[in-house]
Amino acid sequence: MTTEIRGATALVGVADEVSPSGVIDIPLRQLEAQVITAALEDAGLSLRDVDGLCNCTGGTLMHSVELAEYLGIAPRFTDATQTGGASYGLYVEHAAAAIAAGEAETVVIVYASTPRAARKRGEKGLGVFATPERLEWETPFGVMLPISAYALAANRHMATYGTTAEQLAQIAVDTRRWAAMNPRAHLREAITVDDVLESGFIAEPVHKLECCLVTDGAAAVVITGAERARDLAKPPAFVLGAASAASHAMISQMPDLTVTPGAVSGPAAFKAAGLSPGDIDVVQLYDSFTITVLLALEDLGFCAKGEGGPFVGSGVLGPGGSLPGQTSGGGLAYTHPGAFGAFLLVEAARQLRGECADRQVQGARTAVAHGTGGVLSATSTVILGTEATL
Amino acid sequence: MSDALPVPEPTAVSAPFWDATRRRVLAMQRCDVCARLVWYPRFLCPHCGGSSLRWEELSGNGVVYAVSVHHRAPLPALADKVPYSVVLVDLDEGVRLMSNVFGRAPTVGDPVAVAWVPLDDGRNLAVFEPR
Repeated sequence: MTTEIRGATALVGVADEVSPSGVIDIPLRQLEAQVITAALEDAGLSLRDVDGLCNCTGGTLMHSVELAEYLGIAPRFTDATQTGGASYGLYVEHAAAAIAAGEAETVVIVYASTPRAARKRGEKGLGVFATPERLEWETPFGVMLPISAYALAANRHMATYGTTAEQLAQIAVDTRRWAAMNPRAHLREAITVDDVLESGFIAEPVHKLECCLVTDGAAAVVITGAERARDLAKPPAFVLGAASAASHAMISQMPDLTVTPGAVSGPAAFKAAGLSPGDIDVVQLYDSFTITVLLALEDLGFCAKGEGGPFVGSGVLGPGGSLPGQTSGGGLAYTHPGAFGAFLLVEAARQLRGECADRQVQGARTAVAHGTGGVLSATSTVILGTEATL
Repeated sequence: MSDALPVPEPTAVSAPFWDATRRRVLAMQRCDVCARLVWYPRFLCPHCGGSSLRWEELSGNGVVYAVSVHHRAPLPALADKVPYSVVLVDLDEGVRLMSNVFGRAPTVGDPVAVAWVPLDDGRNLAVFEPR
């Protein structure tokens, strides 16, 4: 995204569907329709206003086209790019450019997935990691994806920079503190660093309590031009900057396990926004695992490379910390249906609107939503701001 | 147990790699244009786009770049190996690949050498052991 479209678009409607049990046992299309309807209502818009649709799940092949038919819309802009949890920030980037170029007016971004309900019905997983290359060069060695990949990255960071298990565990502790203040979060009971360290391993050094949830859920975001945004129901969360990047598909092909594509998308998004990390009031960083958060903080420039451990170890991300992070309770404690990226955008917008009740970061004017997809494979960084930041 | 490991049939481009494993040799492509090693086997060089790739034999020596001790085996063939280490090994020739170390877990920087797990079709799977 170039600086010319800074503030040209805004997130104007957001919604998400979660369940206390973690299970939402309804057809996926119904869940998608529900969450889209809720996001449009939030904006004061209807499906008739929508001329762009972005989604990369829920269908068979032409995800956006199939969903558009179901919704009864004929979009002139669609995007079904699949970069895992980074897809949704990427859609913001692409939609903002399309709207600024006059190729669309109002775009809906949606994600829904019901892995728990599918498991209840005895359905097998999709095998999304079973690429031919992986089957030949990684699978025979007994990897479990995605956890094995993130475990290798955590091990490498610890060995290279002296990052400790306690420091990584603090991320899970702080995230749970936020979840405790979110009545819709799946896990709300307080945990300690010792709880994390004693929760056991599937793949060292990632403890069980450092792994994201598997829950059913859905999220939708509506984005439109700034002028229209100001006439709608809620205060707009203006898109100040957005950028995406990708560097590899398999963890064994990642050039440096301590540097993610966030080192590209982060600075590009900040440049477009004309801001630096010190200007950010609240962050929503994809927390598939604790190491994902730590690497994002370094790559986005909130601390220097290698200093993520001491940075998070002080509890900076928790309530009352200087960099409130994952305020919904994140993928670790709020919900995680398979890709958390869309939920990051929802929570960032809610924080900027001041809608977050007990967990509200007072006076938040700027927010970062940073998605990570695959095995640290792809990232998208979106920087949002209130009217006052324009 | 090794005969149950799910190792796919070689592709046209990976066949020379797998044929070399029958002789317990670790082989890899090198690009004629930029002279860099290419892993995994490809039709073109991912470093420069060159399409002239030549197979050569490697030492099989390297150091551990990253390790994760696995306490659960997704493959029945590895059930009796738990806990086992999934490793990324930096070979002395300057290329990284995924493999296993069985037995005591290595740490980052440990020197390792290739070892071979027989597959039931005469191929061997490259794992590593301390050296």
